[in-house]
Formats: sequence, structure tokens, C-alpha cells
Amino acid sequence: MEPAMQEKVIQTRGLYKTFPRKGGAAQTATHYCPGCEHGVLHKLIGEALADMGLQDRTVVISPVGCAVFAYYYFDTGNVQVAHGRAPAVGTGLSRACDHAVVISYQGDGDLAAIGLNETIQAANRGEKIAVFFVNNSMYGMTGGQMAPTTLVGEKTQTCPRGRDPADMGYPLHMAELIGQLQAPKYVARVSFSSMAKLHQARKAIRKALEIQRDGLGYTFVEVLMSCLTNQRQTAEESDRFVAEQMEKEYPLGVFCDRTAEATPIVRPTSDYRKETLDRLMNLHVELAPDAQRDPSVRPINVKMAGFGGQGVLSMGVILTRAACQSGRFVSWYPSYGPEQRGGTANCAVVIAGEPIGSPVVSETDVLVAMNRPSLEKFAGEVKPGGLILYNADIGAFEAPEGVRALPVPVHEIAQQGGNARATNVAMLGVMAGTGALDLPDEFYAQAIAHNFAGKEKVIQQNQAVFTFARQWQPPKA
Amino acid sequence: MSKTESNTPLPYPAINPLECKACGRCISACPKKVIAMGTELNARGYTYAKYAGAGCIGCLNCFYVCPEPNAIAVHVPERKKAPATTGVG
Repeated sequence: MEPAMQEKVIQTRGLYKTFPRKGGAAQTATHYCPGCEHGVLHKLIGEALADMGLQDRTVVISPVGCAVFAYYYFDTGNVQVAHGRAPAVGTGLSRACDHAVVISYQGDGDLAAIGLNETIQAANRGEKIAVFFVNNSMYGMTGGQMAPTTLVGEKTQTCPRGRDPADMGYPLHMAELIGQLQAPKYVARVSFSSMAKLHQARKAIRKALEIQRDGLGYTFVEVLMSCLTNQRQTAEESDRFVAEQMEKEYPLGVFCDRTAEATPIVRPTSDYRKETLDRLMNLHVELAPDAQRDPSVRPINVKMAGFGGQGVLSMGVILTRAACQSGRFVSWYPSYGPEQRGGTANCAVVIAGEPIGSPVVSETDVLVAMNRPSLEKFAGEVKPGGLILYNADIGAFEAPEGVRALPVPVHEIAQQGGNARATNVAMLGVMAGTGALDLPDEFYAQAIAHNFAGKEKVIQQNQAVFTFARQWQPPKA
Repeated sequence: MSKTESNTPLPYPAINPLECKACGRCISACPKKVIAMGTELNARGYTYAKYAGAGCIGCLNCFYVCPEPNAIAVHVPERKKAPATTGVG
């Protein structure tokens, strides 16, 4: 008997064996059209990463375009980013995680149109990112529109008579554009239009990833492909299109190679310790205690609204700071127009005993309305059992069913409290007096002092208005 | 001729009929023309490429041009190492 046959099985590596993130019935197949060379490029990148043992160091950034689901496939770290924003995210990843191998996989609409500026800037900074740029001369995913890379005369959905440079400019040569910068370490253009070229491409891809492995800097590999579906081509026709038309406009080759003189770029180690972050955010000098988890605290959604200039945003800031001082989790989320005065403004404040998922308030516990438009706009969002405090100047108002509404004579209270202008603080004091928020008074006093820091007299006046308003009782009906 | 027909193991492409999308890239890329498109449909509705059963030289062209990660694996026999004739280690 012969011993069991010794053999090597050459198969896909670096990609997941199955693609459960894809869902659906065919979780072992890609979502790409038959013959699409995205799959070829995925396999070549995956193979190189597996051969070099880089998968655990790698983050692949999926673009917007057909490769938007690259994270289904690459057995690496993955993120998916907005259209054209991969260079910014890649920069962040690379700088936050110096050891990471960051791969940005982008198409021509993504990289050469909406993302052009960021692409050039990241390349010019020499970020440690391996960009794999798929140039198929059009927007593929959206149905074949003209891209910056569309060939002269090439017909697309949006240039049905062919691209005319007089109207639409010329094909953008990304590899040349990036290649003339000083920072990139390796810039090449490759294709898969023949076996020999595919093996050249394989080498270029491996070289780019070796450069990342060694931390040398920015690499850019442009890969010419054709979108068979939009071009209505067979695989052979697509190879011919790439070889005879794309490569004529976009010559293959190496546009810069500075690996020989390159030395590793070493960024400072990221320091995410809390004390460091507090120092960066200037929280170590201010009174900013850490929030305490307390699941027994019922989250309270507050909305404060009025004309710009009525102090609703400041009112929200003071409330937010008071809640922060008291050890609650709190968010402040303003919304206002471009006007410095007039216009409308509102802010949402969420106070909770646990981290806050969203600062947006659509179901309100306490609404503070300083003018009629705000009252009418937001009264419907108040939950049953909720509270509306509104400026008594507004006049008659009928509260929604199950909601308590209290007109507050803010001008009168502010005046009697000692500062006629402090209507927002008067309203805040009344709100504190209702007990709806369960925050000890001392924290409001601290928050007012912080808000008017450096103006002793103003602090005292506002604290006096607050104290007066806190005691205010609505007239018995 | 007689040698290859003996027990010497030969390379071959293992084409997964379910994963093939019938693009034909492997057929064009095969230098020995030993892959052809079949006529039956797989469960996903594609015809699929088939290996003729002999003639593969293990060049891997079909593997590298195939865009589907799970459609083709190429089995290549490992050459037996020649017995060491010189040196002692």
C-alpha cells in the first residue's frame, strides 16, 4: 500500500470560510456579480495577509460602493465608513493603533470623486494606510453613472453619448496624482487582464502590505477592472476592455517606490487612560465629578425652547451642569438657527443614572416653553403625567390630556428676585421648586456660579433669583 | 505516457458546483483547456465549470482568476523530497 498522498491544497485564505454577516440563503458565496474581479482582489489581499500572519493586526475599511460589504468577507478587523471618508477613518485608526495594518478598499466614485480631497491629504501626510483603489471607470453599484475615471468617449447612464472632455473633463489619473507627492512610499497601477498582469498585481499587493507590516507609510495600488454588469460584458470581453481601453488611458506601472530609503514611522503610543483624557478635555481642573451608575434613577427628558436670546440654551447648560455636579449622567443637545438673536432655539437635556444612548428627546417629561411657537410645537411630545412650564406672557393655553401645565410669570419673579433679566434662571428655579427633577439646590448654585464665572455680582444676583423662584408658589386656583 | 498513468499523483482543480457562477474566467485562463462549462444548473441557478478529469498541470491559473472564494481549490501533490546525498545535517 502507498502511504496517503501528500498534497498541498491551494485555496482561499484570509477570508472567512462562510459569510454569516451576509445572511440569506447563499452564505458561502459573495454578493458580487458573476465574473466581477472584486472577488479576485479580495482573494489576493486575503492570501497576502494570511501568508504574512497579519490578519490579527489588520483593519479593513469597507467603502460605499459594491465593496460596501467587504466586512462580510475579510477575516480581519473591519469597519465600514461613509462615502469617501475612508482616509479620515484610516488616519484615525492608524494613529490610535500604531501597530495596526490599515487597509482602505475604495472604488472610483468613493475615492476619486467625493473622497478626492481626503485621499490626497492622507497620501500627502504619508499615513500608514494601504489603499486599494478599484478603478472600473464608472459608478458600478448605483447603475453605471459617469465617474471621474470614465474614459473619453465612454458611454454611461449619465453620459449616454459618451464622455466629452469639453463638457465633462478628462479621466482622472489617480496613481499619477498620488505618485507625484513626496510622502507616499509605493504607488502602482495594476490589472488582472492577463495571467502575467495578475501575477504582477499579486506582487504589488504583497509589496504594499509588506510596507504596512513594516510600518513604512502610505501605499496606493490602483487596480483596473471592468464592471461586467453595467458594461454588459462577458468575462473575456471585460479583459479585452481593460487591456485595450483602460490600460491605454491608464498605463500600468509603478509611479513611485521609496521603500529602499524608507524607515518605519513610529507614532507615539496612544494613551487612553482616564486621567489623560480628562487633562486633554480640561476636566481635571474643573469641577466635573464622574457620573455614578444608579439604575434606580428614572431617566428624565427635559426640553427647553423659546426665541433666541431668551436664554433657553444657557438654562439647559446650567441644568446640565447641576445634574453633572450631582453625579448623574447627563446630555445637553442644542438646536438653533443661524440667528444670533430672534429665530427659535431649543435644547434637550437628558438626566439619567446610567449612560445615555441618545441625547435626542422626542418624549418629554418636562417641557419649558418661553414663547408660544415653542409651546405649540413641543406640547404634543410631553408624556402623560408630564409637566409643562410656560412663560405666563403666552396667555391662555390648554394642556394636552394627562399633562400638568403651569404658567410661570417669569418677568415678575425675576424682578422680585433682584434681576429682571434673569428670566431663564427664574424659570429654572420654578422648575427646581416643582421637584420634578430631584436635584439638590446646592448643585444649581454651583452651576450658576460656574456659568457666570468671574462676574461675582451677576452670580449673586442670579443665585438670588434662583432662590426666590425656588420658593415661588403658583396662585391657588 | 505510461508513467503518468501509473500511481503518480497528479494535480487537479476541485470545483465546487454550488459556488460556481459560470463567469468562465477559469475556462479562459486554463492553458491546457481542461475546464469547460457544464450544462446542468446548480441549486443557485447557474451552470458550472467542470474539470475534464485529466490534463491539469497545477498552474493555479483557475484558482487565481476565480472571483468566488469558495469555488475552486487546486490540489497539488507534494514532490517527494530527494534523499539527502551529502552532508550530515
